[in-house]
Amino acid sequence: MIPAAFEYVRAGSAEEAISLIAEHGDEAKFLAGGHSLVPLMKLRLAQPSVLIDIGRVSDLSYVRDAGDHIAVGALTRHCDVENSPIVMEHAPLLAHATSHVGDPQVRHRGTIGGSLAHADPASDLPATTLALGATYVVQGPNGTREIPAGSFYEGYLTSVLAADEMLTEIRVPKMNGAGWSFQKFNRRAQDWAIVGVAAWRNGSDAGVALVNMASVPVLATSVGSAIASGASIEDAAEQAAVEADPQADLNASVEYRQHLARVLTRRALEEASA
Amino acid sequence: MEISITINGQVVSADVEPRTLLVQFIRDNGGLTGTNIGCDTSSCGACSIHLDGEAAKSCTVLAVQADGGSVTTIEGMASTDGTLHPMQQAFMDNHGLQCGYCTPGMVMAATSLLEENPSATEEEIRIGLEGNLCRCTGYHNIVQAVLSCTKS
Repeated sequence: MIPAAFEYVRAGSAEEAISLIAEHGDEAKFLAGGHSLVPLMKLRLAQPSVLIDIGRVSDLSYVRDAGDHIAVGALTRHCDVENSPIVMEHAPLLAHATSHVGDPQVRHRGTIGGSLAHADPASDLPATTLALGATYVVQGPNGTREIPAGSFYEGYLTSVLAADEMLTEIRVPKMNGAGWSFQKFNRRAQDWAIVGVAAWRNGSDAGVALVNMASVPVLATSVGSAIASGASIEDAAEQAAVEADPQADLNASVEYRQHLARVLTRRALEEASA
Repeated sequence: MEISITINGQVVSADVEPRTLLVQFIRDNGGLTGTNIGCDTSSCGACSIHLDGEAAKSCTVLAVQADGGSVTTIEGMASTDGTLHPMQQAFMDNHGLQCGYCTPGMVMAATSLLEENPSATEEEIRIGLEGNLCRCTGYHNIVQAVLSCTKS
């Protein structure tokens, strides 16, 4: 399968990428690793008329210790996130969840920023960064702004990112020794999650977010509140699907997804509390 | 667009449409048909090659993205005198193939895996090859072949 024809331009820097997208308008798309966009283009589900290749903007590939948080450049490849000593030490949930993205070949090419900006609720990283309370830094023609992960996702494959903005950095608060767990339920090794749960717990503080349980990643705030008010793991996990609005598809009915969310949340909290 | 990609040590230059996939470039411009197209949706791994030293699925990389890069395909694995790469020999010795369609991709993924984790365990090999599907379901001998190439 071959994508529809498009014009291809390469950006050498974030600034150049932003001026190129301003020039080409909303028919243009950024191309990072291409492992979300290129498959959609091959299936003709996406037909941008211009691709702005940002894959060579190497100064957006980094992981830095920034004091109370870690800063991950948007063009950092999954394989570099999962193997980063800084991520493994301060945000082990992110390192582990990243190791579940696709397969090794995909993780050699795909980037964290590309995955988040693609805004697929079935992807592992939007929910993981949501659970961790991450902030996304985006750059546009008028400078940068910071968007909490919880305000970024608007709907299926859509975010508040403006047509002329680019995601440049992901800031993840340090986990400071919190327990964590990532539960991914799928039928075949490299599939998207039918349902997934990213969770951390530090005493009476807990964060739980759900993969593929709505058109956007879902923060299960009722679970967090239940843990904070002293509920048992089992009782808290019963609240897992309260904020969710799952769809039925050939893998699972709505009821089955809700059931999975509760079961996986219980397992996640048990592991995070161990 | 005029691009150049080094494939198995030879520079291949061509004027291609930006929508040309790397696997097409390898097969049609490079004339190297050992890299198979399987699912064409980055699921099966039949098209796995090494791009700048790491396994990638060449059906999901645009040739323009690989411009200036270095690709190794299954044809580049054996020595010039015909001696098979140890991984190829291991697949042969362990009967790690049946129909052979997944084999080039399996060999490329497996060598990349052991490059990153030379003493991989059987479980790590099974997980590490999750991106490669064998339609004959002959995984057992494939895993044995890869295991025989690890540093114990």
